[in-house]
Amino acid sequence: MSTLSRNIRSFLLTEIVAGMASTFKMMFQPKVTLNYPYEKGPLSVRFRGEHALRRYANGEERCIACKLCEATCPAEAITIEAEERDDGSRRTTRYDIDMTKCIYCGLCEEACPVDAIVEGPNYEFATETREELFYDKDKLLSNGDRWEALLARRLELDAPYR
Amino acid sequence: MVKVLVDGTPVDVPAGSSALQACEAAGKEIPRFCYHERLSVAGNCRMCLVQVVRAPKLVASCGFPVAEGMQILTDTDVVRRARRAVMEFLLINHPLDCPICDQGGECDLQDQAYGYGSGVSRYQEAKRAVTDKELGPLVKTVMTRCIQCSRCVRFSTEVAGTPELGIVSRGENAEVTTYVEKALTSELSGNLIDICPVGALTAKPTAFRARSWEYKKTDSIDVMDAVGTNIQIQARGAEVMRIVPRINDEVNEEWLSDKGRFSVDGLKKRRLDHPWVRVHGKLHKASWQDTLVSMARRFEGISGDRIGAIAGDLCDVESLCALKDLMTALGSSHTDCRQDGAWYDMRSRSGYLFNSGITGIDEADALLLIGSIPRHEAPVLNARIRKQYLHKGRGGFPVASIGALPVDLTYNVDVLGEGPEVLTRLLDGSEAFAEVLKTAKRPMIILGHGALTRPDAQAVYEATLQLAYQTGVITQDWNGLNILHTAASRVGALDIGFVPGSRGFAVTNMLRGGVEILWLLGADDFPLDKISKDTFVIYQGHHGDAAAARADIILPGAAYTEKSGTYVNTAGEVQRALRAVFPPGQAREDWQIIRAFSEVAGHPLPYDSVEALRARMAKVNPVFSNAGTEIAPAPQSVTDSSVSKGTAEFNNARIRPVIDDYYQTNSISRASLTMAECSRVYGPMRAVAAE
Repeated sequence: MSTLSRNIRSFLLTEIVAGMASTFKMMFQPKVTLNYPYEKGPLSVRFRGEHALRRYANGEERCIACKLCEATCPAEAITIEAEERDDGSRRTTRYDIDMTKCIYCGLCEEACPVDAIVEGPNYEFATETREELFYDKDKLLSNGDRWEALLARRLELDAPYR
Repeated sequence: MVKVLVDGTPVDVPAGSSALQACEAAGKEIPRFCYHERLSVAGNCRMCLVQVVRAPKLVASCGFPVAEGMQILTDTDVVRRARRAVMEFLLINHPLDCPICDQGGECDLQDQAYGYGSGVSRYQEAKRAVTDKELGPLVKTVMTRCIQCSRCVRFSTEVAGTPELGIVSRGENAEVTTYVEKALTSELSGNLIDICPVGALTAKPTAFRARSWEYKKTDSIDVMDAVGTNIQIQARGAEVMRIVPRINDEVNEEWLSDKGRFSVDGLKKRRLDHPWVRVHGKLHKASWQDTLVSMARRFEGISGDRIGAIAGDLCDVESLCALKDLMTALGSSHTDCRQDGAWYDMRSRSGYLFNSGITGIDEADALLLIGSIPRHEAPVLNARIRKQYLHKGRGGFPVASIGALPVDLTYNVDVLGEGPEVLTRLLDGSEAFAEVLKTAKRPMIILGHGALTRPDAQAVYEATLQLAYQTGVITQDWNGLNILHTAASRVGALDIGFVPGSRGFAVTNMLRGGVEILWLLGADDFPLDKISKDTFVIYQGHHGDAAAARADIILPGAAYTEKSGTYVNTAGEVQRALRAVFPPGQAREDWQIIRAFSEVAGHPLPYDSVEALRARMAKVNPVFSNAGTEIAPAPQSVTDSSVSKGTAEFNNARIRPVIDDYYQTNSISRASLTMAECSRVYGPMRAVAAE
């Protein structure tokens, strides 16, 4: 019996008809494909992308060189050196992140007591050379300056859940 | 012994112990801030509250004496609630700045807040703020963090003997201050940083530079003085960040002198990291190979008795032994470790040791200092003398000095005179202090290098020895005649025999042109301008200090943090240091340099490893056979009959202190910016006092 019905179905091409019916149905539904470089998908406010070091509104850098991010980093991607600045405050003289080591776990952001190091929404930072992925303090601060409006908004949206 | 029950566990503790000590004996952890084993009990932090059965309320265990059959409860609900409440009060005015606090990660308050605190704050009002105090170049203050435990006040009053800190005002306005703003004058002020349970007192030179969890910790021995303080070197990467004391009750208790603690930045400055060879009057960089070969060529055709070696104050015994063996192989007996020209009684080991041991100070009941200023020569040892002075009470520990004292030694000292003629008066009994020594049960004499570097040192020593026998300083079971050294390498060098052999030259003769080739092993502190013009000078050392400029060949060696070495302290205790970091650049461990040269020069030394070298050291002197364990000073073998009586004459020049500036005594401290700053802040003041 089963052999007979299988032979009938293969003779009548029912699978192809069903497949083509599905294709025909999809032609009238909205498209999900994105035209990537020109179109982008939605991101959660908790998305963990490229790092940035933030500043206060008065331009003072937030990072106080507590080294908690360095201590918590499971990939040991962060290197910090610090000393007393001329005005007596505690600041970093060096803040490096090796983005090739980083696993984007977000623990640095979580450890930071002053919301200085954050993982921003940017994921488009591929480079041609490996060296360009060794971020230093200037690069991280300039990231912060560029993304600040968005970073602040993300933190604000996420604040009730933290 | 008293029997007490701690949480139902019976323990025996000595009568007079506190409840806290009983709890510790039972293995219970009692949180505390103000209580410190080596300071008096203050009982003001209230963190150590425990419940005593049948006591009306909780008691502060640190100040509560035990009684027979007392039942202590440390883990009841009441106790836990009390601790939480005390912690909440302490945290009311403590700022939440742990991320920028240098104490973060090694903070008693932080740890105990995690363990015993409540986790949330109910305090809504404004916190108080306290102005920071300026305490000099070593200690940084953030007084808002202070919890008024008063450990620092008690430390500076009791241990350091410089009562400069105190608490003014009361209640919310109470603050620790120096009354009049001034730098702390103690040579032990760095210990304030260790005993402060919070981040109120932190190290100024290393402020904000590293975190406690970043350090790689290595046990070592301090070489800034001859006490042999046990230290821990804490390095971050290839850089020594800080040095803290280790606890060793036989040597340093738990203190460390400021020079030992803060001269670390000198290890990064003015370092010799490449061999240099002088060609046509100018020093040029050279490779090891070329340097050793050109050195060997210079040695060719020069007979052994035209070669000499002088050892400095920071050398480890390994390099001294290797150099001594090399000199012997070359046929030279001109080796000397006494660059200050000191004279020692070399008949037995007890002739140059701190014979009573450093712990002997805890038994002494009278003390005569001869040409020694222990506060500058060995600050940690001075603190021990002060401890005994406080312990014995008024009149129980009379101290006298021969030689003027430019500083307050932190205990009462009777200056008997400024020249050695006082010894004659002590010997014939016309000086009253002779009677004091005679009546004392454990009298002690500390003979310093102020006396031993004099031209009449032998006469002074012999008179002192005679006095020691006369007044019972040396008896069958007590040898209180102590030599206080100032150089960390000295006793080790004397033990390994780094002194002129038979017909060997001492330092003065070597300088006077007695040798053609002079090998300086880290020796900088002797009159370099006296080296005769045509002497070929080899300087092996770690710092480009005075002698390196005169040298014809510079061999870059390792500093004490960069090699595993053996050091013998002034009491003859053999101690081993471990390597914390590697020497910079081309620099190598000193014994390896000497071994390498011996190969090039055609007299290879019979050891290739440090173990083999240590076996050789043990063969030269059995005291090195079990380094790391305590060795009792050799029993004194100098008998009454061997004391020669008045063979040499005193000259009546007054005894001069050997250390002019405590902060600038060796090549490392002279290279240190922190020590230079200390010298600038404290130096002139002391020079004025000395006049």
